[in-house]
Amino acid sequence: MDIVEQIISGDVRATARLLRDIDDEIPTSKEILKELYPHTGKAYVIGFTGSPGVGKSTLVDQMAILYRKEGKTVGILAVDPTSPFSGGAILGDRIRMQRHFLDAGVFIRSLATRGHFGGLTRSTNDMVNVLDAMGKDIIIVETVGVGQDEVEIANSAHSTVLVTVPGMGDDIQAIKAGIMEIGNIFVVNKADREGSRKTIRELRNMIEIGCRRGGSNGWEPPIIETEALKSRGMEELHGAIEKHRSYLLSSGEDKWKEVIEKRVRIQLIETLKDQAFRTLLDRMEARGDSLDELVEKVVDKKSDPYTLVQEIISRELG
Amino acid sequence: MEKGRKLRILVAKPGLDGHDRGARVIARAFRDAGFEVVYTGCHQTPEQIVSTAIQEDVDIIGLSILSGAHTYSFPRIMELLKESNAQDISVIGGGIFPLEDIPKLKEIGIKEIFEPGAKLQDITDWVTTNIQPRQAVALKAR
Repeated sequence: MDIVEQIISGDVRATARLLRDIDDEIPTSKEILKELYPHTGKAYVIGFTGSPGVGKSTLVDQMAILYRKEGKTVGILAVDPTSPFSGGAILGDRIRMQRHFLDAGVFIRSLATRGHFGGLTRSTNDMVNVLDAMGKDIIIVETVGVGQDEVEIANSAHSTVLVTVPGMGDDIQAIKAGIMEIGNIFVVNKADREGSRKTIRELRNMIEIGCRRGGSNGWEPPIIETEALKSRGMEELHGAIEKHRSYLLSSGEDKWKEVIEKRVRIQLIETLKDQAFRTLLDRMEARGDSLDELVEKVVDKKSDPYTLVQEIISRELG
Repeated sequence: MEKGRKLRILVAKPGLDGHDRGARVIARAFRDAGFEVVYTGCHQTPEQIVSTAIQEDVDIIGLSILSGAHTYSFPRIMELLKESNAQDISVIGGGIFPLEDIPKLKEIGIKEIFEPGAKLQDITDWVTTNIQPRQAVALKAR
């Protein structure tokens, strides 16, 4: 059996190894991805995002329980940050998911950002495709703990859950652009804490203004109060995700098509950018142009970044 | 090392032993050495540890243990790795071990044992010298 067949048949070891090769940008992994692609498109992808420590991993753990109860298989990709100094990382999201370690119906993979900004890793979308081809019914992607502007998940997931906790800031934070705009479902976790009513009120105001101005496309994002550690609010959250899914699927072909097209477009653009950059670098290298020399030229004010890039592009691609 | 390959290591605490300061310190040292460290917390069974190592595709497992249960958990982990056809994943241990147990652990395939007083730098150096990130998978691996 070759690796493609192994993955399609659900082989854990083969899948785990391919994910590593994808992460490490090994060229053969692209060939395998090509062959797996026709087998994708069956899984439902749910994104969990929010600041560090709001409870994303615990919520993901809880959602995995509910989906397993329905008999669905679950793939989880959990992102943690890479050190900008050593390049190393501590990947600790699994600590909250221990109960699933021996369940063959759950595959969990921890990923490090490796310098990628946006909340995911450079290759998260490729990995989602692999888990999809592997036959996982539900794929949950947990972003790195995000700030205000890491919104990539909205283009990867079918449903995006934005998790917050009481006391994270005033109502101006709630109307700022960026992360607050991407939630299809909002969760106020640790809702037993002081200030949770206020947080919910502020979120509701923000959402209502958005819906009244027609930005909602017929979907009004619900706000779910949860205490993930005590499993409070989990059925409601699960219900909200399923409701959003049926909203996408039932509101004619349009909504679903829109979501799929958005995901494919982003992946196409990212892959193109990636390969174009790599090709350029390779060609420069083959020609003996070193990046160090170019840097020196700019530092010595013999040239500037704009002229140099224009020269490179017209020489290599022109 | 193949271009761009990053070493992945699982730091795990098997058994009923909640003293994880050592495991956290060593996890941090591995992070600072540039490895990707999967940390799963305390109270892991050998089954959980091996399943995690495979899903995370790590090159090496570092077991931290202070309880004395290494005579059960270490051989069991080696057994499970073999059953899963994953003997290529190396295993090292750190913690408190009776001196006479150390040769026995090496005999069952534990690559190295680090005792109290081992320097962090020596441990990370040992890993860098002795453990290579594995090769890429082939497209047609039959």
